[in-house]
Amino acid sequence: MSRIGVVTFPGSLDDHDAQRAVKLAGHEPVALWHAHESLQEVEAVILPGGFSYGDYLRCGAIARFSPIMTEVIRAAEGGLPVLGICNGFQVLCESHLLPGALIRNDVRTFVCRDQKLRVESVDTVWTNAFVPGQEIVIVLKNGEGGFVADAATIERLEGENQVVFRYLDGNPNGSLNDIAGVTNARGNVVGLMPHPEHNMEELTSPSLDGRGFFASLERFLTAHVG
Amino acid sequence: MARVIVDVMPKAEILDPQGKAVTGALQRLGFAGLTVRQGKRFEVEVDGELTDEVLGQVREAAEKLLANTVIEAFDVRVEQ
Repeated sequence: MSRIGVVTFPGSLDDHDAQRAVKLAGHEPVALWHAHESLQEVEAVILPGGFSYGDYLRCGAIARFSPIMTEVIRAAEGGLPVLGICNGFQVLCESHLLPGALIRNDVRTFVCRDQKLRVESVDTVWTNAFVPGQEIVIVLKNGEGGFVADAATIERLEGENQVVFRYLDGNPNGSLNDIAGVTNARGNVVGLMPHPEHNMEELTSPSLDGRGFFASLERFLTAHVG
Repeated sequence: MARVIVDVMPKAEILDPQGKAVTGALQRLGFAGLTVRQGKRFEVEVDGELTDEVLGQVREAAEKLLANTVIEAFDVRVEQ
């Protein structure tokens, strides 16, 4: 059993769902408060979905400068596994732990649906238990999920295998190259707009594909310790 | 008290869905030939004298927080 931190910012919505997902995956969730400066020796961190600081200024822009994020950035640069979901992905981009940015959906509406994705890279801490090219279904719900970056960055992400997930059966938000999630060069930081924490239980999920994220983390942590 | 204006605009190559929506609404209202891109304006009140150093700080603040230079460009000017 691993201790996995879930950060709560003012305005986080899915922090409790993420904690619950951690528990369902057989790990111990550790609640981390945005104003604290300690990661409490967790072995991984999840930045959950929601509307941190009311999405004021830009999504994730203010959360990025919260005290806990200073520690998350430092630890991530040292190799700590970090998963950013939706608003968490936006925070990771604002922190420059991940390249690019997320802008308002090109369709100009909030999009909520069960989204088919292709796992493009399994060379990350959070996706190594998937099969390359595997098609999964993960809940998507956002208003500002359009992934953009300059042409050189997109080319580098594609070339270096840093595109982790791609939208299938229609691009819901105008993301360049249908990109749904990316990773850093080291593969320990992953961000995606869809919500794997909502795909953990048969009762409420169209799939159990969220479990693969935790299976991946477990494989990484086990290999790491062993 | 001096006032510094920071204008933040989405970069030309970045899609601006808000501006597009406003442009569409203007056309429906009969304002033909007007294309809008939407940005943000920040009015920064500065305590004390507005020195080059203070102006430099505002620029730094704009680059660090007010704008995301991945997708936005900013302009800093002193309001007369």
